[in-house]
Amino acid sequence: MIPLNYYLLFAAFLFSVGVVGVLIRRNAIIVFMCIELMLNSVNLTFIAFSAFMGNAIGQMFVFFVMTVAAAEAAVGLAIIIALFRNKKTINIDQINLLKW
Amino acid sequence: MTFIDQYILSILTFSPIIGVIILFLFRVKNSISSKTIGLISSIITFAISIYIYSKFDLTQNAFQFVQANQLFIDLDIKYAVGIDGLSLILILLTTFLTPITILSAFKSIEKRVNEFIVMMLMLEVGMIGVFVSTDLFLFYIFWEAILIPMYFIIGIWGGQNRIYATIKFFIFTMAGSLLMLVAILWMGNYAVAQSIGKFSTDYLVLLEIAKSIPENVQLYLFLAFTISFAIKVPLFPLHTWLPDAHVEAPTAGSVILAGVLLKMGTYGLVRFSLPLFPMATIYFTPLFATLAVFGIIYGALVSLVQTDLKKLVAYSSVSHLGFVVLGIFAATEESIQGSILQMVNHGLSTGALFLLVGMIYERRHTREISDFGGLAKSIPIFSTFFMIVTLSSIGLPGLNGFVGEFLILVGSFNSSNLNSNWFTIFATSGVILSAVYMLWMFQRVIFGKIKNEANSKISDLSKREVAVLVPIIIFIIWIGVYPTTFLSISSNSTKKVVAYFEKNNQSQTMFLENK
Amino acid sequence: MVNYINYTSLILIFPLIGFLINGVFGSKLKSEKLIGSISVLGVSIPFFISSLILIQMLSSNIDERLYIVNLFSWIDVGSLKINVSYLIDELSIIMTLIVTGVGALIHIYAIGYMHGDKSFWRFFAYLNLFIFAMLNLVLADNFLLMFLGWEGVGLCSYLLIGFWYDRNFDKSTTADAAKKAFIVNRIGDFGFLIALFLIFTNFGSLEFVDVITQASVLQSGDELLTAITLLLFLGATGKSAQIPLFVWLPDAMAGPTPVSALIHAATMVTAGVYLLARTSAIFILAPFTMNVVAIIGITTAIFAGTIGLVQNDIKKVLAYSTISQLGYMFLACGVGAFSAAIFHLMTHAFFKALLFLAAGSVIHALHHEQDIYKMGGLKKYLPITFFTFLIAALAISGIPPLSGFFSKDEILYKAFSFGSFWYWFFGFIGAGLTTLYMMRLVYLTFYGNENFDDSIKPHESPKVMTIPLIVLAILSAIGGLIGIPHALGGTNYFEEFLEPVFKTSNSQLPFVFENITTEYLLMALSVAISICAIWYARNLFLQNLKKSELIKNKFSSAHNILVNKYFVDEFYEKIFINPIKKLSDSFLWKWFDIKIIDGLINNSAKFIQYLSSVLVKVQTGVTENYVQIFVLGVTLILLKIIL
Repeated sequence: MIPLNYYLLFAAFLFSVGVVGVLIRRNAIIVFMCIELMLNSVNLTFIAFSAFMGNAIGQMFVFFVMTVAAAEAAVGLAIIIALFRNKKTINIDQINLLKW
Repeated sequence: MTFIDQYILSILTFSPIIGVIILFLFRVKNSISSKTIGLISSIITFAISIYIYSKFDLTQNAFQFVQANQLFIDLDIKYAVGIDGLSLILILLTTFLTPITILSAFKSIEKRVNEFIVMMLMLEVGMIGVFVSTDLFLFYIFWEAILIPMYFIIGIWGGQNRIYATIKFFIFTMAGSLLMLVAILWMGNYAVAQSIGKFSTDYLVLLEIAKSIPENVQLYLFLAFTISFAIKVPLFPLHTWLPDAHVEAPTAGSVILAGVLLKMGTYGLVRFSLPLFPMATIYFTPLFATLAVFGIIYGALVSLVQTDLKKLVAYSSVSHLGFVVLGIFAATEESIQGSILQMVNHGLSTGALFLLVGMIYERRHTREISDFGGLAKSIPIFSTFFMIVTLSSIGLPGLNGFVGEFLILVGSFNSSNLNSNWFTIFATSGVILSAVYMLWMFQRVIFGKIKNEANSKISDLSKREVAVLVPIIIFIIWIGVYPTTFLSISSNSTKKVVAYFEKNNQSQTMFLENK
Repeated sequence: MVNYINYTSLILIFPLIGFLINGVFGSKLKSEKLIGSISVLGVSIPFFISSLILIQMLSSNIDERLYIVNLFSWIDVGSLKINVSYLIDELSIIMTLIVTGVGALIHIYAIGYMHGDKSFWRFFAYLNLFIFAMLNLVLADNFLLMFLGWEGVGLCSYLLIGFWYDRNFDKSTTADAAKKAFIVNRIGDFGFLIALFLIFTNFGSLEFVDVITQASVLQSGDELLTAITLLLFLGATGKSAQIPLFVWLPDAMAGPTPVSALIHAATMVTAGVYLLARTSAIFILAPFTMNVVAIIGITTAIFAGTIGLVQNDIKKVLAYSTISQLGYMFLACGVGAFSAAIFHLMTHAFFKALLFLAAGSVIHALHHEQDIYKMGGLKKYLPITFFTFLIAALAISGIPPLSGFFSKDEILYKAFSFGSFWYWFFGFIGAGLTTLYMMRLVYLTFYGNENFDDSIKPHESPKVMTIPLIVLAILSAIGGLIGIPHALGGTNYFEEFLEPVFKTSNSQLPFVFENITTEYLLMALSVAISICAIWYARNLFLQNLKKSELIKNKFSSAHNILVNKYFVDEFYEKIFINPIKKLSDSFLWKWFDIKIIDGLINNSAKFIQYLSSVLVKVQTGVTENYVQIFVLGVTLILLKIIL
């Protein structure tokens, strides 16, 4: 059996990839995908713990997270499309409407 | 007690909502009919308050028509209502003035009529709520809730510079009430360690435990409450929001603002500051009495040189409310009774003055004193009403203002709390000054030759406008000739406040002597 | 037998009804006669009722002449209990009779005088309201109700001075004059109010009977009593136009002449004297105040008399004469001769009302001309007016056996025996001045050349105006006979009648042995100076007008001061009014209120705005920056947890 640590390390790695992606990429869709990546790394952690502790709660949480992520993806993509229609770009450097 | 009597105060408080619901449900389009709905709704509220007055037991001094529902399980925070004489007289003033102001707005408000009526009715809910609450939490909710409709009334239907005035009004009041909120929370938390054993904002509970609060903290709590009330009153030097708010507000807003909203401050002083913190009251009396007297003279002198009618009346409010605050801090039976009566008087006289200024503004679209003159010739009925109200405002014996002023002055003259006659003597000079600024204004507006052609062509008061003013005039004369009707309402509550105050200050003068 | 005391409330109700009818429906009543009659009834019925009460009083025992009629409770708070109740005694009934009697005559006169005025009804409504307030003032049994009347008459005075609100008067307007009257009176009322507070705080009551009983126990010269009496006297100087608050009365002549006669000569202005008489038992215990009263009284008498000498407006001369005569009454009060003061108050009410009404008749005949140098020779056109005016002028000059002789001599004699030689001496000089300016009026108005415009054809006034003149002339002539001094072999009925009211105060006076020789001497002297003054006036203003011009030019600076009334108005304006206006406007309002208080508020708001304008820079709007900071924060927290 694969030890728990492997799962956790892998999840941490995935999470870091997501964080770095959010930090350095300019394309909104990629940023968005990185966020999903971070969510999935959390899901992985949940499932790993759930399996190792013989407790279903973790898996239940994952379903919640997935549902929320799906909804979020829908809204997020819609926003990005709306942005693109208006600004002809999805480069987040150029989208600074929330500026003072 | 019948079912209705048990819930009568809640019914009274929320009865104006009937009008709101009708306006929303039926989406009334015709401006006259929506105003009529508002008028009828507020008259119903007035009728309910008269019913309460008829059932009210004047011989008792405890809260009556009490209703209390626990709102939280672990915290002693209640929906608790009840009235004594002090609340009753101010409720009557509120329910009396609201229909009058709505009637006065029949012609002047033309845009967003439904919203206006809804705001006025919601304002009434808030005002009655403030006076019936016996739980500080509930009191605070109503106290703050009033800001919202008032904010919109000035902000939407106001004059040129209304946004500045609205924000100023809002922030001033808000700053004060946050102080009060902190004090309420502190006291509620203090109750946990007392016999009640849990967080409590019940007025009667706090009244009990307030005695045991450490003296130094009492001073801070007193200041927090009193500054909040002083802003509302407004006490010099916290008054500068008032002239702006009055000038920008529509007539109906000014009348309610002067008539009732300012009274919430003085009501708070009598209801909370004095009974809860008698020791701190004594400690701070010299300060607040000085400010009150200063406000009397200052308000009068500044009124003297105003060129805008509404501003003049607004500054005169500062002067008049100074009398009320002086009477409250004098803490004798005569002076507090005088203050309570003067609250009503000011509501009637200044309310009527704002109505009259509003009526002339509708005709001439100016409020500059120098634009008028010789109105006695062109609009005699208006002039007659204006004269009576002016005289009432300067405290002519036989009209309402005199009784209140005299009681305040005579009560404060032999007050042991003020401990000096000079407060009264300086305050009395306000009587001279009020005659100076009011009569000078009156003379420039009403007497003299007609200099401006526009003044000779204006129409005299319509039947509706006479109907707005006559009820006020009746009360102005009634209070002047036979004030007992009104004094007897608040008599027992005043006695209770004074007795409570005196009982407590004896036990705590020790502390003051050490200080 | 009917007890007329029970009808006291009617005395007050009738003028009130008259006021309400005329005030509310007056504009719809077309007939002047109807309005006038309602108003006259409103005054004359109370006159009859009070006459009946007087008769009843005379027939009852001396100790039982004090009645208190309680109507209802006015204010009842804590220990302050004020009733609307009326005190009927010798003093108040005399005042009531004067007010309603003279008042009724003036009402009748006014029907003629005000004929054709567009606000006829308003005038009579105000007049009745005035009578109502004045009756409250004289009949009240407590200080506060008296204060109600006191302010009430002030209000009516205000309304009636400004009755012709769109006319000019002197350099300003009638409305200015009205406002001035009210405000100056308010300054006096300030003193009155503080006195009330002192009385209530120390005696626990505001009822005359209670207060006097408690005050009489105190030592003479007690500080409290001195303070109370001085403050009350401040109130009296306002209402009765004494130094320093006399400035409003000459301006009050802006009102219609019947108003000047009723309010500013016969009744309202005597309220101060009445107040002193009513509280005589307290005043007598404050010798310091008594001296102040006497000195102010005599100074005012001389001061106003000198101004009266050079005024050219017929009504203004009479106004200054009123101030001067009121000074005499205060002199009498100041030396403790309260009944003499009331006696003079009564005779003065007769002849001064008459003088004003007759002057009104002249003004009426000359189409509102008031300058005496534009009159003259009116004797043959206005015979009745002339005769009545002459009687009044002789009465005020103290020519026996007219009423003024008895009352003024009484005052001078009392001033001499209770006061000092100097009081008498200045009073004596004042009497000469009085005669001089009165006869100046007589000669310039009725004798000499006709200086008025040719187009004016003067004619005698209608009967409705002349009959009141005649009645008042009879009263001025014989009114003094009820107070003939003992020295002349009469019985002073008036003083005896008032004796119970002033018992307490009289008992405090020093005993003076009645010296008939002195009294004769003083009488002779004052008659002599009057006759001299008449002769001198005849010389100056009838035979030798040029000589009066000469004197005027010789003392032109003095004359200038007198014409400008010693510049008192200007002085007040410079010292009080202008600085207050300036202080309020540029300092309190435009600087303190707007710059300091509001500036503080607005600047604190601006400060917050500035702070946020710095902090807001953090919001770059670039998502990455937010994320960077976010990640940095999370890392820091993690580090903190791990380490």
